[in-house]
Amino acid sequence: MNLLASLSPIYAEIFLLVMVSVILIADLFMVNRTKTLTYLMVQFSLLGCSLITVATHTDGIAHLFNHMFVDDMMSDVLKLLTYLSVSMMLVYSRSYLMARGLFTGEFMALALFSTLGMMVMISASNFLTLYLGLELLALSLYAMVALQRDSATSTEAAMKYFILGAMASGFLLYGMSMVYGATGSLDINRISQVIQHGVPNKTLLVFGLVFIVSGLAFKLGAVPFHMWVPDVYHGAPTAMTMFIGSAPKLAAFAFVMRILVESMQPLMLHWSGMLMILAVLSMAVGNITAIAQTNIKRMFAYSTIAHMGFLLVGVMSGTIEGYGSAMFYAVVYVLMSLGGFGMIMLLSREGFEADKISDFKGLNQRSPWLAFMMLLLMFSMAGVPPTVGFYAKFSVLNAAIQTGHITLVIMAVMFSLVGAFYYLRIVKLMYFDAPESHEKIYIQPDSSLLISINGLAVLALGILPGTLMTVCAVSVQQSLLH
Amino acid sequence: MIFGYPLLSVVIWLPIIFGLLVLATGNDRNAQLARVIALVGAILSFLVTLPLYTGFDRMTSAMQFVVFEDWITRFNIHYHLGVDGISVLFVLLNSFFTPLVVIAGWKVIEKRVAQYMAAFLIMSGLVNGVFASLDAMLFYVFWEAMLIPMFIIIGVWGGPNRVYAALKFFLYTLLGSLLMLVALLYLYRQSGGSFEILDFHRMAMPSLSAQILVFFAFFMAFSVKVPMFPVHTWLPDAHVEAPTGGSVVLAAIMLKVGAYGFIRFSMPIAPDASHYLAPVMIALSLIAVVYIGLVALTQADMKKLVAYSSISHMGFVTLGFFIFNAYGMEGALLQMISHGFVAGALFLCIGVLYDRVHSRQIVDYGGVANKMPVFAAFFMLFAMANSGLPGTSGFVGEFMVIMGAVKANFWYAFAAASTLIFGAAYTLWMYKRVIFGAVTNDHVAHLHDIGTREKIVFVVLAASVLAMGLYPLPFADIMHASVNDLLVHLATPKVLN
Repeated sequence: MNLLASLSPIYAEIFLLVMVSVILIADLFMVNRTKTLTYLMVQFSLLGCSLITVATHTDGIAHLFNHMFVDDMMSDVLKLLTYLSVSMMLVYSRSYLMARGLFTGEFMALALFSTLGMMVMISASNFLTLYLGLELLALSLYAMVALQRDSATSTEAAMKYFILGAMASGFLLYGMSMVYGATGSLDINRISQVIQHGVPNKTLLVFGLVFIVSGLAFKLGAVPFHMWVPDVYHGAPTAMTMFIGSAPKLAAFAFVMRILVESMQPLMLHWSGMLMILAVLSMAVGNITAIAQTNIKRMFAYSTIAHMGFLLVGVMSGTIEGYGSAMFYAVVYVLMSLGGFGMIMLLSREGFEADKISDFKGLNQRSPWLAFMMLLLMFSMAGVPPTVGFYAKFSVLNAAIQTGHITLVIMAVMFSLVGAFYYLRIVKLMYFDAPESHEKIYIQPDSSLLISINGLAVLALGILPGTLMTVCAVSVQQSLLH
Repeated sequence: MIFGYPLLSVVIWLPIIFGLLVLATGNDRNAQLARVIALVGAILSFLVTLPLYTGFDRMTSAMQFVVFEDWITRFNIHYHLGVDGISVLFVLLNSFFTPLVVIAGWKVIEKRVAQYMAAFLIMSGLVNGVFASLDAMLFYVFWEAMLIPMFIIIGVWGGPNRVYAALKFFLYTLLGSLLMLVALLYLYRQSGGSFEILDFHRMAMPSLSAQILVFFAFFMAFSVKVPMFPVHTWLPDAHVEAPTGGSVVLAAIMLKVGAYGFIRFSMPIAPDASHYLAPVMIALSLIAVVYIGLVALTQADMKKLVAYSSISHMGFVTLGFFIFNAYGMEGALLQMISHGFVAGALFLCIGVLYDRVHSRQIVDYGGVANKMPVFAAFFMLFAMANSGLPGTSGFVGEFMVIMGAVKANFWYAFAAASTLIFGAAYTLWMYKRVIFGAVTNDHVAHLHDIGTREKIVFVVLAASVLAMGLYPLPFADIMHASVNDLLVHLATPKVLN
């Protein structure tokens, strides 16, 4: 087989890397403030990546570079969704960032670099590749959060994010090195085989696992490693918050899958218990603390923590059913999160951030359509049918029940009842209260169209959730059966 | 089949489609158009349900008008609809009320008319879905989805304390629903991967403790909706704050959904637990009948009074279910229908007064009969029906339940029969204070009698109340086969000794 053809699973990554470099240089020669051409090139790169990913899709599992890189159905699906969510994020944030002078070439290049990082993470088949992707993503995100140089809160957020993120990476590396010490390999499949045949030093292995799980919990923002989430979500410009809160969760899911499930499935008994504790704590702290928030970005931050708890319930079940449901949850979460943050940005104007919960007061009188979209998004986050958020919770809870975790499920539904309160409060503000300002809401046609599609997708996927569920389940199944 | 579509699908989706159409008329500049579309939609939606009655086969207890399509294949969830002799009546009742609610809100609702009308139409479709679902997940989706329009109705068009009431309503019901979801998932696992309600009925549940847990989870969902003592406290709040139409739908339809849940889920799925826990359920029902009846007596607010009276009457329904005989069961079902008519009518009566005086306090009225004789006559009929006067619909159900209770235990019947006194006492005393006597204040002196629009609504309801009171056979006839089948099923233990 010739070299070029053998590289086909990684074409998308190569294409994106080339495009980022081109964009980075080309942007230097573009003087206009709106950066339309750069923006179009970025969107084109994402579109190109999707086409390549679809075109190079095969039914099997392809390994590359001596098992450093894997291309399976799960990675293809997750990558496609990543492109989609990055692209949506750019549409939503364009006018918001432009009004703040942040819609620069660097921003878009960083966004693409982090996308590349996510792609590498999703396709990693070796601890080193995983780490490489993770750091590429994380470093780009740190810079993105700090992009608003003259804002003290953004800088503070970036600092916190960087320090805690670096610590988490340290945890991960430390854990990985212990696993390497115990198994003698960094290759995910190899590790799994070695563990299956029994390792001489199990203590070391489990010790390493603890560090890895802690590092993962940091990255996911699960309690008790969640301290950075509210501060970063709050401090970063909303567009960056949206970015952190969307596509990287897909990559994080892939990360959990590769590292815990594919390489350490034999240790499930150990990590499943750890994840259960993380899940319960996250759902409890996230949902209860969110009630006390007055800033909607902080509220979403705590709601994210709670959602990650739910996602972990799916993974913790330790069945293919459970992983599939967790993937479905991640996808649905990203969709809702994009919509939620998108709405905050739509309501913001130059010099005004609509990040107070009270900014949503009387939205139904100012714009019934936007209020209805937000209503759908809120009910979806609360997990009320017929929105897709319900099916996400449903499939996760079902996976947990099938493995006999009834107490956990009852706790989960009770915390989601608590959670319903603060989502309902947003609906209450929009529909039951009088608006504080009657200023006309001016939104760009593209983001207006997108928020409509986003909101209606939450409803449509809620009425017909079957396909997406099946895609998630099948892709997880396919990547685990090798 | 109707318009080439399965009848039950049309019954569910037609009002929802009309609701969306109404929503599309936009803001209040097109209010009149919204009203007209809503009325046409509501009447059409009622008309399409009529073939359910005329084409219903009374001889069989099997599900009829069945629709079966794949929905979520991954979890073996189907779009499975069908009605039996029990549920068909509630589909009819619900669709019957939608036009009345639309007419009742015709003039009164002035702000955001389209959203108001759309909420009722959409809710009507969703409630039909609840009664027609034969797949537990489909049921659950409709069950939860109908909370959303009700939440909005109470919160947007309600009284001064509407936000509190709306949130309380939503969270209370959500608590029960979530536990029911856990139970459904558990049953899915036990049944080997099926969400069919009928499979749940048939499947073995050999352990009594498992049955009790399942029963409890369903109990949390349904008792909140009924509502049974002691989880009834949301209802008076919701009723008082809801606009008239909201109260009507709450009383006439929403409460029935909870009771329906008992006979569709709790009892047939966990028959042994139902027998085992029957004394508790009967005790709770009797507390509702007697204690809540006394509470109703002390109310100063008319809506609160009728709300408590609803809880008391629904106590009759749950009592009828848990004495496990045909009189009790059929009496309870008839009571549900009758209570729908009567409580709906009473809330409309209070709404008529409230629209004119803007008060629900009994003390603000007096001598209304002098100014509104026609209204007073209608109100009289509904008040009599509420106190269970023979010849009105209220009598039939109560009488049958009491007969059933006598068979089970004399003291049950004795306690239940006290409602005939309490019910008469609180209803008629309220009626006397509001309607009779001399005109007490200026507000009442300026009252004008009901107009044509209101007359139409009251005539329809009065006719239903009388018809059902004088000749209940058409209502009872349709449910015999299903009720008998249910009783046989309940008498067969699932627990193996």
